[in-house]
Amino acid sequence: MAHNEPTPIVVENPWERLNAFTDARIGLGRAGVSLPTSKHLAFQLAHAQAQDAVHCALDGDSLEAALTDTLGLTTSPIRLHSHAQGRAMYLQRPDYGRRLNEESREHLQQAAASQQHYDLAVVIVDGLSALAVQQNSAPFLSALHQMLNNDATDWQLAPLTMIEQGRVAIGDEVGSLLNADAVLVMIGERPGLSSPDSLGLYMTWAPEPGLRDDRRNCISNVRPAGLTVEEAARRFCLLLKDARQRKLSGVQLKDRSEEDVLEGDAAQGSTRNFLVAD
Amino acid sequence: MAKTYHTTVGSRRYRFVSLAELMAKATPARAGDRLAGVMADTAEERVVAQMALAELPLTTFLNEALIPYEADEITRLIIDTHDVEAFAPIRHLTVGDFRNWLLSDHATSDVLAQVRPGITPEMAAAVSKLMRNQDLILVAKKCRVTTAFRNTIGLPGRLSTRLQPNHPTDDVTGIAASILDGLLYGSGDAVIGINPATDNVTQSVKLMRLMDEVIQKYQIPTQSCVLTHVTNTLEAIEQGAPVDLVFQSIGGTEATNRSFGFDLSILAEAEAAAQSLNRGTVGRNVMYFETGQGSSLSADAHHGLDQQTCEARAYAVARKFHPLLVNTVVGFIGPEYLFDGKEITRAGLEDHFCGKLLGVPMGCDVCYTNHAEADQNDMDNLLTLLGVAGCNFVMGIPGSDDIMLNYQTTSFHDALYARRVLGLKAAPEFERWLEEMQIFQDVSTHRLNDQLPAAFANSLRHLPKEPHHGA
Repeated sequence: MAHNEPTPIVVENPWERLNAFTDARIGLGRAGVSLPTSKHLAFQLAHAQAQDAVHCALDGDSLEAALTDTLGLTTSPIRLHSHAQGRAMYLQRPDYGRRLNEESREHLQQAAASQQHYDLAVVIVDGLSALAVQQNSAPFLSALHQMLNNDATDWQLAPLTMIEQGRVAIGDEVGSLLNADAVLVMIGERPGLSSPDSLGLYMTWAPEPGLRDDRRNCISNVRPAGLTVEEAARRFCLLLKDARQRKLSGVQLKDRSEEDVLEGDAAQGSTRNFLVAD
Repeated sequence: MAKTYHTTVGSRRYRFVSLAELMAKATPARAGDRLAGVMADTAEERVVAQMALAELPLTTFLNEALIPYEADEITRLIIDTHDVEAFAPIRHLTVGDFRNWLLSDHATSDVLAQVRPGITPEMAAAVSKLMRNQDLILVAKKCRVTTAFRNTIGLPGRLSTRLQPNHPTDDVTGIAASILDGLLYGSGDAVIGINPATDNVTQSVKLMRLMDEVIQKYQIPTQSCVLTHVTNTLEAIEQGAPVDLVFQSIGGTEATNRSFGFDLSILAEAEAAAQSLNRGTVGRNVMYFETGQGSSLSADAHHGLDQQTCEARAYAVARKFHPLLVNTVVGFIGPEYLFDGKEITRAGLEDHFCGKLLGVPMGCDVCYTNHAEADQNDMDNLLTLLGVAGCNFVMGIPGSDDIMLNYQTTSFHDALYARRVLGLKAAPEFERWLEEMQIFQDVSTHRLNDQLPAAFANSLRHLPKEPHHGA
């Protein structure tokens, strides 16, 4: 390239092809020192989608239909609501999102009146992304049911519950009211800019209201472009069996996989990369 | 015994049962104080509390601990290290007088530096509650806090950046790609700092080596840091890892820090261990701390205090260990603590002011999450205000999008905008390097080179053909 050529209005970055190696927004180019219009608008779109995901309400009817259809349920999921009335309240009062409202608690107490005992209660919660729940719940539960059905243990599942305006900890109240040994909360995670549809899985052994985060195990980023539903179901089953065997959940379970090294390179622990290759 | 405070406005008599309540009710409105149930009930009550607070002698804060001396090692640290001699020039002032004094021409940069050891976090928090945003900016700009390791950070007219090349699986090529992108946009003089996706010693050591190799190969006058738990970094040092800076998230109460898994003695041990490596070339500041309003409430460790007062107390912890860098991560915690752009902006300015007044090398992670009522425009505003206020450093991340932590912070582009519009420069040693490496055509006018600098063009030839399976 001749060095006396006039500078173009938008200067592209010759390292843009590094985009193949990361989802980070690198090599964006520049107008002066600022973002080019196309990159600026692409960001705005991603943020708009993430915000919409936060404020989008759970479409309970269509989710119920999808679940009934995919899983072949004989009874409808039990529909519940947290103490947080609307989205604005939900966002500002996490404590309200952690407990059921009166009506829902009574409803669940009636449903659990048979005193039956369950191995696992599955609770679907909208959380911060109803979109994640809407899109990923039925595929994940389908994978999970298949895995549990093929297991040697005859797993007794509590009636499925669906909660609006809920936080993770609300599952412990539900699990405890349903008299379940363990509870699985499937919840919409805080949307990232590139991941408005990410589902989180939380498991508690011996759930009861008031437990802290260190009693739960988490599997994160379940979505088509992240952790697949099959892999998530596999990991959850391992956790569940481990919890059942050791009668606990949370940090003490997690400790076993502590020293994992995430690895992009074939050679264990290698720091080799193009910046220091020679 | 705690005093009660009374004020009458018109026919209404207001009563504040403790100093903690008076401080909380005098605080500009924010979600976290509402969540904690300590916020003023009405707008009038808030201003009445501010008026009552303005009448309070500064010495009140030495005589009445917000968290008992016996119950909290941060209170003990604040009281035991208070410098009576430095305090003498302001000893006679009320909180309201203190605001006037800070704004006055008496309080020059030199005088502020002398008085600093006599100011407690509670005094700083109290006076900030009476100040408008412009007051917070004006006084912070007069407070100079300069630190050094391989370069010098916090000099007047400088704005540094932390290059934050996070990756959701810590993929080395992905991280290297973000480092290259940042360096070629002039970012990374405060630190190249990675939040690891997996928080353990083995992973951290690997990332430390990765950054050390890059810094050595290109002879970059900067430092690296893996933002892992302090005990992990201590173990890494024992293993002989190349540790420049020791990181820890800190809070303003002993119980908060216990929930983070450390106490003051561990920080002292860490500072000594990192200094023993003698890796700095122009200075010996080896600690990097992050803070943020709401962390104490979130850990149920706030003792009924408002979140801004808890935050200011964290700076007492920071200044004890001579950090190179401290930043508030102001919008990360979420809308239940800081609801929208307005609350985030106010908190960012308060934190920067209180930190600087107490002598902490304050930077800011100007940021927000997708469930907060905030957007890029709010970040532009806060970044500009902090640039005017003389903030030591901000974050730099590709295109504002942290793909590991799932939040938005300032980009490489944003930092160049701030430098250009406010006439600010990178740290002097780093600025020289940017020029020598031909990353900028003209570093004084912030003109980037349109061509790829030779040293980096060579590196790109080593790029693997196919993306890694782990990427």
